[in-house]
Amino acid sequence: MSLAARDITIGYDRRTISEHLDLVVPESRITAIIGPNACGKSTLLRALSRLLKPSAGEVLLDGRDIHARPAKEVARRLGLLPQSSIAPDGITVAELVARGRFPHQKLIRQWSAGDEAAVVAAMAATGVTELSGELVDTLSGGQRQRVWVAMVLAQQTPIVLLDEPTTFLDIAHQIELLELCVRLNREQGTTMVAVLHDLNQAARYADHLVVMKAGAIVAQGDPRTVLTAELVQDVFALGCRIIDDPETHTPMVIPRSAVGQRVG
Amino acid sequence: MSVDFGRRVLVLRPHRAASVRFPVRPALVCLVLVLVALAAGMLALGTGEFTLTPSQVLAALSGEGTRAARLVVVDWRLPRVLLALVIGAALGLAGAVFQALTRNPLGSPDVIGFSTGAYTGVLIATVLFGNGYYLVAAGALAGGLATAVAVYLLAFKRGVQGFRLIIVGIAVSAMLVSVNQWFIIKVDLQAAFAAMLWGQGSLNGLGWAQVTPVVVTVGVLCLLLIGYGPRLALLEMGEDAAAALGVRVERTRLAYLVIGVGLTAVATAAAGPISFVALAAPQLAQRLTRTPGIALLPSAAMGACLLMISDFLAQRAFAPTQLPVGVVTVSVGGIYFVWLLVRQARR
Amino acid sequence: MVLTRTPAPARPAAPATARAAGIAATRARRGAGLAVCLAVLALVCLLSIALGTRNIALGTVWDAFFHYTDTDDQSIVRDLRVPRTVLGLLAGVAFGLSGAVIQAVTRNPLADTQILGINAGAGLFVVFAVGVLGLTSLAQYMWFGFAGVAFALTLVYLLGSAGRGGATPIRLTLAGVALGAVMDGLAGGIRLIRPRAFDYLRFWDVGSLAGRPLDVATTILPFVLAGVALALIVARSLNAVALGDDLARTLGARIGVTRVLATVSVMLLAGAATAAVGPIGFVGLMVPHVVRWIVGPDQRWIFGYTVVCGPVLLLLADIVGRLVVRPGELRVGVVTAFIGAPVLIWWVRRARVSAL
Repeated sequence: MSLAARDITIGYDRRTISEHLDLVVPESRITAIIGPNACGKSTLLRALSRLLKPSAGEVLLDGRDIHARPAKEVARRLGLLPQSSIAPDGITVAELVARGRFPHQKLIRQWSAGDEAAVVAAMAATGVTELSGELVDTLSGGQRQRVWVAMVLAQQTPIVLLDEPTTFLDIAHQIELLELCVRLNREQGTTMVAVLHDLNQAARYADHLVVMKAGAIVAQGDPRTVLTAELVQDVFALGCRIIDDPETHTPMVIPRSAVGQRVG
Repeated sequence: MSVDFGRRVLVLRPHRAASVRFPVRPALVCLVLVLVALAAGMLALGTGEFTLTPSQVLAALSGEGTRAARLVVVDWRLPRVLLALVIGAALGLAGAVFQALTRNPLGSPDVIGFSTGAYTGVLIATVLFGNGYYLVAAGALAGGLATAVAVYLLAFKRGVQGFRLIIVGIAVSAMLVSVNQWFIIKVDLQAAFAAMLWGQGSLNGLGWAQVTPVVVTVGVLCLLLIGYGPRLALLEMGEDAAAALGVRVERTRLAYLVIGVGLTAVATAAAGPISFVALAAPQLAQRLTRTPGIALLPSAAMGACLLMISDFLAQRAFAPTQLPVGVVTVSVGGIYFVWLLVRQARR
Repeated sequence: MVLTRTPAPARPAAPATARAAGIAATRARRGAGLAVCLAVLALVCLLSIALGTRNIALGTVWDAFFHYTDTDDQSIVRDLRVPRTVLGLLAGVAFGLSGAVIQAVTRNPLADTQILGINAGAGLFVVFAVGVLGLTSLAQYMWFGFAGVAFALTLVYLLGSAGRGGATPIRLTLAGVALGAVMDGLAGGIRLIRPRAFDYLRFWDVGSLAGRPLDVATTILPFVLAGVALALIVARSLNAVALGDDLARTLGARIGVTRVLATVSVMLLAGAATAAVGPIGFVGLMVPHVVRWIVGPDQRWIFGYTVVCGPVLLLLADIVGRLVVRPGELRVGVVTAFIGAPVLIWWVRRARVSAL
């Protein structure tokens, strides 16, 4: 299941965010898209996920234009965790996760054994099984985000896109979520593309890093080769040095400090 | 390997390729509401100028009983009861659709200025052609639909956004309200009064001739609603989430709008603009069934129940004066808002 | 652990004297603008007196005031046109300013007393007073107008604040539409039950300046003035309120008092005007909007300009109504709706506004 953007121009209303963008998402790998605010990373993700139609060029899912395919068919191959979703008042965890099965359901086959199994597996993978009957409104931000991830997992798609999945999560849950992504990738070969804010998390967990600035991709590849002090300076206007993360041996960005060491 | 949904659900899996899952409480609530509506209907069939016992009513309905009873029950009262139930259900569904689309409990078909446009159509038809029932209905239909289309097109800008739709609806309504009021001044007092009476909504004088077109149209629209399945609920989660699950958002939203407008159009053409059933029914239904988001079937059942009871009150409460049912539903609306405010204040 | 950072924008350092001069220059420009608007208002008043079913020469207008000889034209000026113009002035001030205050208090740029159902509230109570209680003098049923405004405002605000997130513009608007519909419906019901009231009120219902004697204007004058005064008093606090409740509190604005005073101001303005001429929409919506575009977000200037420009719009609409279908007349409420609705639609289609 391949996903690629070919020479796309994307934007909103009359504003063009990116032009002539090319990206091939490596299959069965974890790709992280990073860049400063308003560099177009979410826009790119939305274009890849069929939410945004490019004004030029095409997004190809398995070699065919994603917009030429029926929406439900795309949803069976490509899952997206959007930045903001609304959980209806009074919905329980299991009901919300079960909605993720919609692409596989028909009018007469609304709740097959396969649907049930998928929901159970998704809740187990994200660790929300005990919360199954709880109201989503009563959950904490971290728990709620895990439920949304479970909904996307219930879709059982070979490709999963995540738009800033770690916002609203505290540090422990951020790491937990990212490690869950790695597990899924290793166990099921799921292709993952995530827009991330944190450079170090991106470097740690991504197989393929895509760095954007002002709507263009300025670098992509293995984090170990891509992430250099010059790149960080150029893209983020941040002076830093790169060291080896002692836990995972991936690059780790250490920002330079103007105030120096703290006294006392 | 069974999922705990936090509420009682019933799963039917008769065949590998056929299965359905629905929560128990809403189904029970629907049943109760339908029973209440039918009971109110029986009451309406049996009371009035000629009183009949329930057994007499049942006899008349099944074709036995005296000729007089059959005349009163089947020829006179039954069509009105049927229309109250069907139109009430249609209004409940229309309200549910609009509230789900606007994601706001105060969303209603009036937001797109439909009833104002229908009123304009009626006034134009009355001025030009006089007061016949079908002319009035046609005028209402034409006016309402034209307004809904105009509002949609004016709000359309690469898609229709909730707030823009509401504001455009308000603007178009305001223009039409002025037109209506100008008309009311222009025409003679009697015609103005008759138009205003229509404007309140009434099931007076409706008979078997109206039943078939109403039931058929509402039936077709309901089939469409069923065909679209759970998409309305998915749209309530936000456009991105719905699109990510494979819903064609713009197209589906338009389809639901058309269905909602269609249901409102049928109701308005048949009985004039009946207020607040569309607004209150879905919310009241949701309180009772405790479903997440808007539930279509309970809204229909609640709508039928509300209108049936309102019509009964409109006919009998101030006997022998027959009030237009819209006056009763306005009061229902007022009470409903008071209830909403009390709940809000208590929170 | 977040390591993305955008470069901080360079802030230009302006010398203190240059800034003060800038402010003064702006103030001078705004004052000049206000004077221009006043001149326009005077001109429009003159036109309102002179134009109509019969156009009256300006010389005759002058004579009507200073050399009265009881000719037909002169009596038209004194008995019809002047009362109408004065009433239009007051109604324009009242509707315009009440819209500006509502927009400031609810932080909703697309609101006025019509949209939020406030006119409907005043209307319902007036219909009740006339239809059920049988009151016939404006001085009596005007108080019902005040009560109706207060009633509607409270309900709309309460209903619009329901749920998470408080009173967002969209919720307030929907609450206003819904409650406005209830109140209009109830008013309609009363009119049906009281057919004589129906006849009397269907001419008041549209919003019209025609056929009102001068004492209508003089009756509402003190209340409109009080409303204007209150609005100008709270204008400064409303600047703080526009930033949000929390921030306003830290800036020392007393939100509760401000809200109450603003509510009373709207009550007096919208209540008096609706009781006198019927509900007129869009003046309170458009005028503050345009004014804000000219003078910026300072409520003191917005209110000041609205007081002058509101009547300009209303009187112009009235003049148009008198000229467009001669010898008949279009009620001013009809004209404002036909001007205001397309403008509103155009506004909401522009990307910036619909990003609410």
